[in-house]
Amino acid sequence: MKIFLPAVLFALSTGLASVVPASAQELRLTGSGASFPFPLYSSWFKDFSKQSQGITVDYQAKGSGAGIQDFINNTVDFAASDAAMEDSDIAKVKQGVVLLPMTAGEIVLSYNLEGAKELKLPRDVYVDIFSGKVAKWTDPKIAAANPGVKLPDQNITVVARSDSSGTTYVFTGHLSAVSEEFKKTVGHGTTVQWPTSFVKAPKNDGVTATIKQTPGAIGYIEYTYAMATKQPMATLQNKAGKFVAPTDEAGKAALASAEFPAKTLPGSSAPDLRVWLFDPAGEQSYPITTFTWMLFYQDQDDAKAKVLRDLVEYGLTKGQAMAPRMGYIPLPDNVVEKVRKAIALIQ
Amino acid sequence: MASHQFDNVDRSGSVSGPPSGGDYALDRSFRGIAWFSAALILALVVYIVVEIGGKAMPAIAEHGLGFLTSTAWNVQTGQFGILPQIWGTLYSSLLALILGGVFGVAIAIFLTQDFLPSRLAMVFRTIIELLAAIPSVVFGLWGIYVLIPLLRPVANWLHANLGGVPFFGTSLSGPGLAPAALVLAIMILPTVASISVDALRQIPYKVKEAAYGMGTTRWEAILKVMLPTASSGILAALVLGFGRALGETMALAMLIGNSNQISLSLFAPANTLAALLASSFPEAGPVEVRALMYAALALLAITLIVNAVGLAVMKFATRKFEAER
Repeated sequence: MKIFLPAVLFALSTGLASVVPASAQELRLTGSGASFPFPLYSSWFKDFSKQSQGITVDYQAKGSGAGIQDFINNTVDFAASDAAMEDSDIAKVKQGVVLLPMTAGEIVLSYNLEGAKELKLPRDVYVDIFSGKVAKWTDPKIAAANPGVKLPDQNITVVARSDSSGTTYVFTGHLSAVSEEFKKTVGHGTTVQWPTSFVKAPKNDGVTATIKQTPGAIGYIEYTYAMATKQPMATLQNKAGKFVAPTDEAGKAALASAEFPAKTLPGSSAPDLRVWLFDPAGEQSYPITTFTWMLFYQDQDDAKAKVLRDLVEYGLTKGQAMAPRMGYIPLPDNVVEKVRKAIALIQ
Repeated sequence: MASHQFDNVDRSGSVSGPPSGGDYALDRSFRGIAWFSAALILALVVYIVVEIGGKAMPAIAEHGLGFLTSTAWNVQTGQFGILPQIWGTLYSSLLALILGGVFGVAIAIFLTQDFLPSRLAMVFRTIIELLAAIPSVVFGLWGIYVLIPLLRPVANWLHANLGGVPFFGTSLSGPGLAPAALVLAIMILPTVASISVDALRQIPYKVKEAAYGMGTTRWEAILKVMLPTASSGILAALVLGFGRALGETMALAMLIGNSNQISLSLFAPANTLAALLASSFPEAGPVEVRALMYAALALLAITLIVNAVGLAVMKFATRKFEAER
């Protein structure tokens, strides 16, 4: 043992020494945050790392809240969030924040109804379902909107998220915009006070699986997940009173109605690109559509800043082309222009 | 130990001799290591309690004991209470203990009381112990995709025909208490069964022979002699199984429905403390984290109480049914 131990230590130390002086060209970027855009981001980063020599981008889908926390604590190079970032949080970042919308998505109401190929839900009805007021599929309000569709005599099982989530934030934001009463009783946030009869499941995949396995269930999930699992999605009535199915075009129409505030972020010269489409106008707009953001430090290491600028540029060009295939909505041209102008601020 | 009485014994020409200095050193260092390890375990437990308690302190100060009796969990308004979760934890674990306990002890009797050739019994036992190796997530998925669809028609028939009984007061739509408790029962089965088997095996064969010699039937021997004699071991198995059920997380988070309500109905969705912790922690803000720490402390306390009660019952059983050892 006495002879053995120093030998091991020696081997270890030489082993470590040979690892440390790796090629100086190598640059590793780490990010963390939202899980909703993770499938898209991970294919962006893989492709981007492949085409740029010596650069690796790692992204951890921890959730928007955790991403913002990491960003404030300086443990990452960038972060991503579905809920943008609050002014109070932005103020905690001394280097200044550049906040850029990178892609967008829709939240769909997926259901499990035997024999019903399509389902139209008027605004007041889906608010009532998610307030627990409409409890049966045979409710006359649902039947009136769906002539010719055979609805089963079943209780509605509403499936919500059990964990805190950006999806819930956007969805309850929309419902609160439609109904003042919903805002008061259930509320708007990453976790809310759902009626106690609701079933709750963790993450998008948990909700999807529960809907799939429960006859008479309805729940809210990201469009990507519904598309990947071929779940049926309800057609919803938008602000203009039209019934719109969740599609790329309907999402784009909703995004086009976005009006960005004409000011800069607090404590930074970056433009404020935070906008919530809780109830988008426009006849073609899908009612529940949202941007998702990436967060960068305004003032940082030069080498890293250059790579991050390239990364955003990549996301705006090649990255947007990848989006529809994976169930995301490409940014409208006017938003791409705004983001491109803001890239130069990452220095 | 300080004075070595064998120091001046002549050690030449004999194979046996007094312990050498090396022997003493070995003995002392082993004793030291054993003490250190034991102390480390205790220190670890104390550290965990202090750490969780310290982080929960602001929440304890803010919510007080009302935390344990309130039913709201609302991050927006800062209201936190865990009564539904405590109820769900105890209710689901108790159901699992009843099911898993009955089946586990029955299996142990079946495997040890000469119902099977001993080779076949070994095979059975190995298969049951294999259940313990299945990850929690797999049990959860199995519950979602297999158990719930199987259970749904039965549950809904019970609800339709016996809806007046509070246990069948609601219909089973998907996740709920019944599938969660069933999966929990399966998960604690290997623990209960294998410890009970060991307990029954430890009884000397002559006890059984004596019972037969007194003219008992096989079942009289099993129920009146074997089970009471093994009772402390079987109770230990049940306590361990209950403890496991209380702390089980992943499968429950997937199956119980995570709904903060108190209902006697077996088919209504419920929630447990462990499931609450698992699903809320990853994205919790600082205020919620403090409340979750308080909830974790409550879970720790429940587990401690259950173990203490179990120990007391075990002691009683040993005194009543088994000779002093």
